Amino acid sequence: MTHQRSAPLAVRRTLLPSLWDLLALLLVVGLIVLVIYGGEAATAPLSTLDTTPLSLDPSHLPIYALRTMLRMLTAIVFSLIFTLIYASLAAKSRRAEMVLIPILDILQSVPILGFLTFTVTFFLNLFPGSVMGAELASVFAIFTSQAWNMTFSMYQSMRNQPKDLEEVAKSFQLSGWQRFWRLDVPFAMPGLVWNTMMSMSGGWFFVVASEAITVGDTTITLPGVGSYVALAIKEQNLLAIAYAVVTMLVVIIIYDQFLFRPLVAWADKFRFETTSSGVEPTSWVLDLFRRARMTRLIVAPFQWLFRLVWTFRLPTLPKLGSRRTTQAASRAIDWIWLTLVIALAAWASYLSFNYLKVSIGWSDVGTAVVDGFITLLRVVVLMAIATLIWVPVGVWIGLRPSLSEKVQPLAQFLAAFPANIAFPAFVVLIVHFGLNADIWLSPLMILGTQWYILFNVIAGTAAFPSDLKEAARSFHIQGWRWWVKVILPGIFPYYVTGAITASGGSWNASIVAEVASWGNTQLVTPGLGSYIAQATTAGDYPRVVLGIVVMCVFVTLFNRLLWRPLYAFGERRLRLG
Amino acid sequence: MLDQMSKAPLIDIQEVCRSFPKPSGKDVVVLENVDLTIKEGEIVGLLGRSGSGKSTLLRIIAGLISPSSGIALCRGDAIDGPPSGISMVFQSFALFPWLTVLQNVELGLEAKGVDRAERRKLALDAIDLIGLDGFENAFPKELSGGMRQRVGFARALVVHPDLLLMDEPFSALDVLTAETLRTDMIDLWIEGRMPIKSVLIVTHNIEEAVLMCDRILVFSSNPGRVAREIKVDLPHPRNRLDPAFRQLVDNIYALMTQRAEPKTVAMEGIPGTGMGMVLEPVSTNILSGLIEALAGEPYHGKADLPVIAGLLHMEADELFHIGEALQLLRFAHLSEGDIVLTEAGKTFAHMATDARKKLFAEHLLTYVPAVGLIRRVLDERPSHTAPAERFRSELEDYMTESYADDTLKAIVSWSRYAELFAYDENSELFSLENPQ
Repeated sequence: MTHQRSAPLAVRRTLLPSLWDLLALLLVVGLIVLVIYGGEAATAPLSTLDTTPLSLDPSHLPIYALRTMLRMLTAIVFSLIFTLIYASLAAKSRRAEMVLIPILDILQSVPILGFLTFTVTFFLNLFPGSVMGAELASVFAIFTSQAWNMTFSMYQSMRNQPKDLEEVAKSFQLSGWQRFWRLDVPFAMPGLVWNTMMSMSGGWFFVVASEAITVGDTTITLPGVGSYVALAIKEQNLLAIAYAVVTMLVVIIIYDQFLFRPLVAWADKFRFETTSSGVEPTSWVLDLFRRARMTRLIVAPFQWLFRLVWTFRLPTLPKLGSRRTTQAASRAIDWIWLTLVIALAAWASYLSFNYLKVSIGWSDVGTAVVDGFITLLRVVVLMAIATLIWVPVGVWIGLRPSLSEKVQPLAQFLAAFPANIAFPAFVVLIVHFGLNADIWLSPLMILGTQWYILFNVIAGTAAFPSDLKEAARSFHIQGWRWWVKVILPGIFPYYVTGAITASGGSWNASIVAEVASWGNTQLVTPGLGSYIAQATTAGDYPRVVLGIVVMCVFVTLFNRLLWRPLYAFGERRLRLG
Repeated sequence: MLDQMSKAPLIDIQEVCRSFPKPSGKDVVVLENVDLTIKEGEIVGLLGRSGSGKSTLLRIIAGLISPSSGIALCRGDAIDGPPSGISMVFQSFALFPWLTVLQNVELGLEAKGVDRAERRKLALDAIDLIGLDGFENAFPKELSGGMRQRVGFARALVVHPDLLLMDEPFSALDVLTAETLRTDMIDLWIEGRMPIKSVLIVTHNIEEAVLMCDRILVFSSNPGRVAREIKVDLPHPRNRLDPAFRQLVDNIYALMTQRAEPKTVAMEGIPGTGMGMVLEPVSTNILSGLIEALAGEPYHGKADLPVIAGLLHMEADELFHIGEALQLLRFAHLSEGDIVLTEAGKTFAHMATDARKKLFAEHLLTYVPAVGLIRRVLDERPSHTAPAERFRSELEDYMTESYADDTLKAIVSWSRYAELFAYDENSELFSLENPQ
């Protein structure tokens, strides 16, 4: 956005740079150096991975953490680009929408870690002999965990634009490009920023999981926090795990403070409301950059670039006849389009069927489905337990504003923390006490995702109108009646939002949670997650595909039959205000 | 050739119709055979009730929707997409909250590809003209409603359009702010400082139309037609208290109530009694409130509509809805700009709650066929329940979806008051049993 400052250069009182300038400069130079380093490391030949093996020496951790962060950043940039293009296509073209949106819906329920199997080989072949291929595979895994919900958010914003603003854009004859940057993107911004944040939180899990992966005979170990943990597990080094946990904490805090807080504070101006209300989010980093005069110099090239984008004019195409095409012609094109899509889908299913039938029989399908039900049982039981624990706790916290102010960010933070880093600690306990792996491995699935329930319930309780709370109190509504009639309906929409995220995350986590190891001890419990994980390690592609398809079907059905109706019910009947 | 071009009226609308398709297959006509020409140098008003298609006509001229049939010309060329030289002011202001006042005003110029320096100059001129100096870098949410609509005006004027379209530009503002802004606009227009040639304003406020326009087209509803064209020859600035002004306002009130028979959709020649009766969901509280007010001092059952509107701080449109509902239920009737209570209405005013409910129920069953039908169906069915969908689809055979929605809402709320039958919103089910 071209920022109109009311007091430009002319009113400067002093020419001496301020402390803010110094701090801002250091931050920017540091960032540039980091990016250059990351770029050099990522294009190194593949053999360097073998010649400089990982070390558990904690002094290497900052560098590993940096590599992990850069992977994350790259993925988020790709996700953003993908989002802008894919969402615009789907929102602007009715025919594209018919295909793109269902695809997105399915992609959302595909287990991301299952993807890794193919993508690692694909990218390695794309850049033979360079680390780039392995890096890209990891970036791609993170991308697949982030892009879909960002795209959905953008698409929904573009479909729900206020009608009057659309009419303004039309009646002033803004070009498509002008409209995109003046209406489409700004209107979608708050939702997009929020979803990017949620994506990031989910992404840490996958960046850690994708850094050390074995597909058949190929083992890739990219330097990073994830591979550090993998090595620590192999060498049974608990202290190194502790170091990694601390490093990850720091990394997430840095991301939060330096990227997302400023972004949220900045994006606040795009909120579509005509009156200012509520507390505006603040960020000390953003304040720092706004206060530092130096930033104007640093930002200048970006502003220049942005102005170029902002004022860019596409050559206007000559109008092809009247805008009003006949209905018959439009319907004919619809049919042709539909036929094309069906033909393509038929061809795709023919290909996949042929590929799978060579090595897979119906009994394999049976096994996968049975495993699917086992994992489903785990998800359901764990969600029930997490609900029973975190709903009362969340309500208790949410009713105490000063406490929830402190706990809320903590819960959000815990949701972002990649739980797979902490897995070894649990495995050690299971091995030590000789516990039943079938039962005690299960909680790992929900270890990282349960926090979504907690922080949503806290948010819901905190947002519960105080007049309703007071009314309940003055009518002496207490005990179970208070829970059933007052607070549970009030927080229901929030709970469902959290639960959807948590259950989706748990399915994904099952792939790493149902198989865990410590040194040479390997714990495996039957389930769809371990089915996919073992097929991946064995390089058994047909079974990986089968596992993914089955999980995809399970997740989609679970969402359609349980969560969506609940969500719709909550939105329709229980949304307050 | 050139001569001919300059003689072509700014806007020429001939026999324009507009209908919207419905899922059931039949089209709903919102605009029927409308003719309108706008010449240079005049302010034309489209006055009508909500749903009379006046906003639709405005959007046809703006090129935002296309007519189903008929001819729409702008300076002799068919309107196909927004024509250049026309800009619009919106009821909701329609400002981009993420752009500053200056950026909002520059929007139309950017679209035209005006270069930066020229753009800035024109925008500052418009901002200056409209009285927004000093607010250039403010965001819309920092401004009051009146200031926001000024930005809306500046944005529309900055492109120097030939025709300025205004879609109820003052109706989202409070009375005082609206009056100030209106007067400012009229002053600028009279002084010839507006960089425009003509104005078309859509409104449902009768006084506003008489205050501003040289020519008023009064629309009737369902489907929207031009009922009457009225020339206003009063010199500017006009005084609301001038007897000639009052007389004109009274005449228009009379004209509009004359046409205010129950809203009906002609179906096979039978005017819409029966299921085709469109109802507005007016609260029963307001209905009985108005009856009480009319029955009491100083009206004794008869009052002048403009007086009542002023007294109750209601827009004419709002009052018409209530008056019509009362007329439909035979508690009052409207004529010549007056509202008169019937005998039933007078009786109602002096009854206690339970008796009122009983009388209301009687009238509802007798005069609203849809209510009678629902009651009959409920009585006949052994379960004494019926889904709302059944009646909704029947209503939709006669009216648009949104009218059917409104009608059903009115039926539910009135029947609840009259305790005729119950409705469960969750299951969308009518039933006879009342919750204990």
